[in-house]
Amino acid sequence: MLKDELGPYFGEFGGRFVPESLIAALDELDAAYNEAKNDPEFAAELAELHASYTGRPSIITEVPRFAEHAGGARIILKREDLNHTGSHKINNVLGQALLARRLGKTRLIAETGAGQHGVATATAAALFGMSCVVYMGEVDTERQALNVARMRLLGAEVIPVTAGSRTLKDAINEGLRDWVANVEDSHYLMGTVAGPHPFPVMVRDFHRVIGDEARKQVLELTGALPTAVAACVGGGSNAMGIFHAFLDDTDVALYGYEAAGEGHLTERHAATLTKGRPGVLHGARSYMLQDDEGQTVESHSISAGLDYPGVGPEHSWLKDIGRANYEPITDAEAMEALRLLSRTEGIIPAIESAHALAGAIKLGKQLGPESVILVNLSGRGDKDMETAAEYFELIDSAEANKAGE
Amino acid sequence: MSAVEAAIARANAERGGALIGYLPVGFPTVAESIEAAVAMAENGVDVIELGLPYSDPVMDGPAIQKATQTALSNGFRLQDGFDAVREITSRVSAPVVLMSYWNPIMQYGVDRFADELKAAGGSGIITPDLVSDEAVDWIAASERTGLDRVFLAAPSSSDARLVRAVEASTGFVYAVSTMGITGARSDVDAAAKTLVARLREAGSTSACVGLGISTAEQVREVLTYADGAIVGSVFVSALSTGGVDAVAKTAASLATGTLA
Repeated sequence: MLKDELGPYFGEFGGRFVPESLIAALDELDAAYNEAKNDPEFAAELAELHASYTGRPSIITEVPRFAEHAGGARIILKREDLNHTGSHKINNVLGQALLARRLGKTRLIAETGAGQHGVATATAAALFGMSCVVYMGEVDTERQALNVARMRLLGAEVIPVTAGSRTLKDAINEGLRDWVANVEDSHYLMGTVAGPHPFPVMVRDFHRVIGDEARKQVLELTGALPTAVAACVGGGSNAMGIFHAFLDDTDVALYGYEAAGEGHLTERHAATLTKGRPGVLHGARSYMLQDDEGQTVESHSISAGLDYPGVGPEHSWLKDIGRANYEPITDAEAMEALRLLSRTEGIIPAIESAHALAGAIKLGKQLGPESVILVNLSGRGDKDMETAAEYFELIDSAEANKAGE
Repeated sequence: MSAVEAAIARANAERGGALIGYLPVGFPTVAESIEAAVAMAENGVDVIELGLPYSDPVMDGPAIQKATQTALSNGFRLQDGFDAVREITSRVSAPVVLMSYWNPIMQYGVDRFADELKAAGGSGIITPDLVSDEAVDWIAASERTGLDRVFLAAPSSSDARLVRAVEASTGFVYAVSTMGITGARSDVDAAAKTLVARLREAGSTSACVGLGISTAEQVREVLTYADGAIVGSVFVSALSTGGVDAVAKTAASLATGTLA
């Protein structure tokens, strides 16, 4: 069964390519996770938080007016945007924060791109009375200023990272450096299914709830499994979360949509699985964007959350064995899908999730009106209003100037 | 006995121990980095550690990050690394080991990389983000070519992992003095002494301490229990501010710490 993969390797991908200093902490985490996984008390604690704090189960919403633009296929959204903190990220964060507490750690370190994971981590730190430091690329602190304010309001220290490309990749480097120096009292709360073992497996498992719920909900609504499942892929956590329940349903097609930025044939994209090749980045062997000598290449996407030159190792494996398909979606396609869902259904998605929506439009036209497509709406678009306002010129400059005075 | 192990043993026989000096290739230019490495060897450095610039150096602090970023912006290529090794080893007798993150080596091809390094006169590779558990290909290539493979040992490593690091390493074991990244520190962590004692118990006869060492006094202190002291960031800072002359002076000053 594909569902049973436990790492540290997925085929030739995964592993632990980290400084020796971190191995003990990873072993400790792995042991704690395996113990917690089989502990009914841990499961009960997490389930209680899901129910009374996050607001799980999240609902599904069928979107017929949007679906008219997708070849008439039935489109059903899994509403992770309705979770507390506004995205799927909280599922993993609560799980890891509970583990950190078990390990006696009092400080959480996180990296963040769009800020969703940082906000979720700052939230958990506030809830559990832990201190929290979030590394965020300087470029991202500018384009996601609202999330920086949210994290600070929640009591977290946000450190803009000025090294390298000043985006998510560099924030992860800085988070790892902090962890090496402070591993005794700190837990590195990795926000995606990348990094050294056990992160890819553990983060996936904390997000499995998305697919487990959605599979049941779609069966109840339609009487059958969906034809296809679609999700956006940066590091790939929301996609692994919804894919996992369907891995062994061989009739269900799995589609991951990567950020193609200005186009995957240009140099400004983040289409790691489409255009990259296997290498080692951030502790695991996986597909990555790199030059001919193995130097990481900077990625580009209008979506800060997908602007990452790596991807989780399980996705690399699913691509290579042909179980999942990965396709590029441009900035323009994603923004058009964002506007379309807003106008037709009254739901404003995150720009990240809009990549999955744009993919579903293409997929629906391909699969036809008999098909049912389940889309993971991984986050809401509140944080993206500034980007959207600029992109669609929603605020006329005179008013904008006045507001700025 | 490899050239690196021999150089460390000789320094311990003749003086208090070995001084290992780090500089990245290509900073500020390839030519100047070669001159600086030669100057280190001519002023008391026993083993030269040449860093290959990499885009995501998670073990490095700000001083080395900045230098390697400059080298990359100036167009550093791996061939520059091999050329530098060739020129340095033709001019001085100190053995040269590379310090490289794993992805560039993996992309180049482990065997091809090992062959080119050997042909250039290099002695081995320090791999900061490759633990022996993941190093099957590299262990095979180093066995075949006779290059040294230097793995890291950390204060947090279990006894079993220290045995593993000692058994897998040749030349020396790189004992990480503190839980942290590269950069000068006012005190060398007491953890270093404990770690080296644990490495001895694990069977190490060649243990060198790195991270945070920046003065002759610290070199002297480390050499009371270790076989070598590894110094990096302070050479990089000297090269940035005072050029090759400053590197020579820094090496000479640090080398006084190796006199028993």
